[in-house]
Amino acid sequence: MENLTQELLDELECKTAFTIPVAGGIPVPVSVVVTWIIMAVIMAATLIFVRNLKIVPTKPQTIIEGAVEWLYNFLGDIVGENGREYIPYLGTVLIYIGISNIIGVFGLTPPTKDLNVTAALAIMSIVLIQVASIRSKGVKRWIRSFAEPAPFIAPLNVMELVIKPLSLCMRLFGNVLGAFVVMELIKIVAPAVVPIPLSLYFDFFDGFIQAYVFVFLTSLFLQEAIEE
Amino acid sequence: MATAIAIGAGVAVLTGIGAGIGIGIATSKAVESIARQPGAKGDINKALLLGCALAEATAVYGLVIGILIILVLK
Repeated sequence: MENLTQELLDELECKTAFTIPVAGGIPVPVSVVVTWIIMAVIMAATLIFVRNLKIVPTKPQTIIEGAVEWLYNFLGDIVGENGREYIPYLGTVLIYIGISNIIGVFGLTPPTKDLNVTAALAIMSIVLIQVASIRSKGVKRWIRSFAEPAPFIAPLNVMELVIKPLSLCMRLFGNVLGAFVVMELIKIVAPAVVPIPLSLYFDFFDGFIQAYVFVFLTSLFLQEAIEE
Repeated sequence: MATAIAIGAGVAVLTGIGAGIGIGIATSKAVESIARQPGAKGDINKALLLGCALAEATAVYGLVIGILIILVLK
């Protein structure tokens, strides 16, 4: 019990990787450093794969084209015709969360296990949704949309501004942390072969499902916000 | 004190019951409807996943609260 509590505390703590010696020292958490690594990998991959694009695609290009098309179809179905301009952002978030959730396999701390990261992602989502709503409806109709379908529902609609990102953030964080805690417990009970198939489920399957759910819900809210 | 904390955390995780029942019902209905209309598989899958995500959220809140109880009161 004591050990587990200590371990949980250690895991919840946002460890500082290093401190920038400017203005009294700016601490840089591990999650930021891992995010930089993910950014570097994605950037390198995009630069490598978009070089020498041909009209008649070669093999790697076919795979990439298929993946991008799948992403556009999948997200385009949810956000609808009006929301197509937001697909690149949603796709980026999907790829980022997907990679973050499985990066634990390579021995790095998943950034999504840091509550600050998931909170930032959720806040970005709600800002995107509201800005998209203003852009498509105009300020007046955006304000009026809070009183729909009936005026007495307005307080609930305003509360949703907080509840939606809170539940997005907690869902992602709780799932990643929960999977981690369960894996730790299993490792205590059975340190040998048993964790391997379970790690496949908790690290890979659950990680991708959570990335999918996060983006799915964001695009669903987005579609709701911009529909005419 | 440790016993009380453990019981509290255990009670918080009881939220998992609701999520389990909810996801079970949703999945059984989804399987039924796919069996009836295999053509609508894609749409059913999407709706199922959304429902599961929302139902599962309660279980996750229970987990977060359970962990908070262990950490804050320890």
